[in-house]
Amino acid sequence: MEKILYTLDGASFTVGDTILEYSYLLAAILFVIGLKYQSHPETARKGNIWAGAGMLLAMLTTLFLHKNDQGQAIGLINMLIIIGVIVAGSVIGAVIARRVKMTAMPQLVSFYNATGGAASALVAIMEFYNPENKAVLVTLLGIIIGTLTFSGSMIAYGKLDGKVGDIFSPVMKYVNIGMMVILAGLTVMFMVLGPDLPYRNELGILLIALALLYGVLFVMPIGGADMPVVISLLNSFSGIAAALAGFIYHNQAMILGGILVGAAGTILTVLMCRAMNRSLLNVLVGAFGGGGAGPEGKEAGTIKEISLSDAAVLLSYTQKVVIIPGYGLAAAQAQHICSDLDKLLTGKGVEVKYAIHPVAGRMPGHMNVLLAEADVPYDKLIEMDDINPEMPNTDVAIVIGANDVVNPAAYDDPSSPIYGMPIINAHHAKNIIVMKRGMGKGYAAIENYLFYDDKTRMLFGNAKETLQKLVSEIKTL
Amino acid sequence: MENIFIFLYSYKEAIFIIVLAIFLGFEVISHVPSILHTPLMSGANAISGVSIIGGIILLGHADLSTVSLNLVLGTLAVLFGTLNVAGGFVVTDRMLEMFKKKPKKQ
Repeated sequence: MEKILYTLDGASFTVGDTILEYSYLLAAILFVIGLKYQSHPETARKGNIWAGAGMLLAMLTTLFLHKNDQGQAIGLINMLIIIGVIVAGSVIGAVIARRVKMTAMPQLVSFYNATGGAASALVAIMEFYNPENKAVLVTLLGIIIGTLTFSGSMIAYGKLDGKVGDIFSPVMKYVNIGMMVILAGLTVMFMVLGPDLPYRNELGILLIALALLYGVLFVMPIGGADMPVVISLLNSFSGIAAALAGFIYHNQAMILGGILVGAAGTILTVLMCRAMNRSLLNVLVGAFGGGGAGPEGKEAGTIKEISLSDAAVLLSYTQKVVIIPGYGLAAAQAQHICSDLDKLLTGKGVEVKYAIHPVAGRMPGHMNVLLAEADVPYDKLIEMDDINPEMPNTDVAIVIGANDVVNPAAYDDPSSPIYGMPIINAHHAKNIIVMKRGMGKGYAAIENYLFYDDKTRMLFGNAKETLQKLVSEIKTL
Repeated sequence: MENIFIFLYSYKEAIFIIVLAIFLGFEVISHVPSILHTPLMSGANAISGVSIIGGIILLGHADLSTVSLNLVLGTLAVLFGTLNVAGGFVVTDRMLEMFKKKPKKQ
C-alpha cells in the first residue's frame, strides 16, 4: 500500500491513495442512490441506510488511508482519539434521536443541522490560519456560511422548542442588510490584502463573531409557519458549507455530498415556498402581509356551534369523511386520538381519508410522519391536489387545528394576503366541522370565512380533549 | 482579474464536479411527493455531516505534543460532525420506519 506507484505532475501516489479517492467516488454514488431511494415511500428507509453506508465508508477510508501533504498517514494515537470521539458522538447523537418525541422532531433536525454547520465552519477556520492555504475566498465563504448555519439553526431550534420568541421590528431588515455589507467588505479586504493584512488574526475572529451574530439576526424575525422554510434553507447552507470545506481539502466526498445537499435543500425550500404561494425573499425579508385588515364589505355572518353528540351522530351515519389536520393537531399531540376516531368510523363503514396540505404541521411532510406514527396507513393520506376533486362528494370535512390552509379567501379575495395560495377545498364539502381552540386567527392573522359558512359547525376546545370526548361519544351510540 | 482565471483554471475539476452535482441534486429531488419532504430534509441533513471527513483529516494530522489549535478545532469538528451524521441518520430512520409499518393496500 505504501509503495509509490507513480509520480504525476510532481505528486506521487500509492495504492492506498488510489483506493481512498475511489472510495470517495463510491461514497458519492451511495449518497445519490440514497437520496433517490428516499424519494419513494417504499424504498425510503433503504435509501437512508445506503446513504449512511456511504458516509461510513468515507469515514473509514479517510481514517486509514488519508495522508497529509508531507505524505504522513494518520498516527495511531490520533486514530484512537478520533475513534473515541466518533463513538462518543454517535452514542449521544443516536440516543437523543431515539428518545425525542416525534412532535419535537423538527427542532431536532434543526439542532443536528447546527452541528453540521459548526463542523464545516471549524474546518474552514483552521484553514484560515494556515499560511499555505491558497483558496482564501472559499475559506472565508466556508467560515461565514458554516458559522451562520450554526447560529441560525440554533435559534431555529430554540424557536421551535419554544425557548426563543420572535423579535420583529422593521429596523431588522436594515440591520441585516448592513451586516451583509460588513461581511462582504471584510471578505474583500482579506482577499485583496492577503497575508499582509494588519491584525489579520484578530479580524478573523471579528469575521466569525459577525457571522454568528448574522445567523441570529437572520432567523430572529422569522415566525411560526415560516420556520420550515428557514430550516430547509439552513439545511442547504450546511451542505454548501461542507462543500466549501471539501474544496479547501480537495476532498471529493465532501464536495459532492455537500453540493448534493445544497441543491436538494434549495429545491425543497423552493417547493415549500411554492406551497405557501410566497417567494423566498418575502419569507426572509417581509412580515406576512402586514396582518391584513380583512376584506371590506363582506358580512362575517354568525358562528354556529355543534354539540358533541350531534357531531358524533353526524359522523357515524355518513358515507365519506375527510379529516384535514393542521398545526393545532400537531401542537396538541392529538394524532393518536385522531387515528382512534378514524378506526372507529372505519369500523362503522365510513370511508375516512386525510387531506394533507403541503405545509400542514411544522414542516412539509411532518403531518404525514405524525399520522404514520399513530398507525394511519399512508395510503389514507391524500395530497391536496388529489383530494380537492373529491371534496364536493365528501359528506363531512373535519378541520382539526388548521386555519389558513382551508381559508376560501385564497380563491375569491384578491385583497387577502393569502390570495392565490393553494388550499384544501373544505368549503366544497357537504358539512364541515371545525375544531379550534378559540376564535383566534391563523398565522396569517386574517379572518376565515369558512367558519361563518352555513355548512360549518364549530367545536371549540383543545384538539386532543375534543377528539377524546368525540370518540367516547361515538362509542356510546 | 488574472487571479480569477488562475483560480478557475486550477480548480477546474472541482468546479466541474460542483456544477454537475448541482444538476444531479436538483434532478434527484425534484419529483418527491410532499409526504416525504421532512424525512428527506432530515436525510439530506445527515449527509451534510460529511464535513466530519474534514474533521478527521484535521484531527488526524494534529500535533499531539501540545494543545494546538488543530487538536482543539479538530476534536470539536469530529464531535459535531458525528452528532450530525449519527443523529441525522437515526432520526431519519425513525421517521421512515413509520411509513413501512403497514404495506400499501390496493
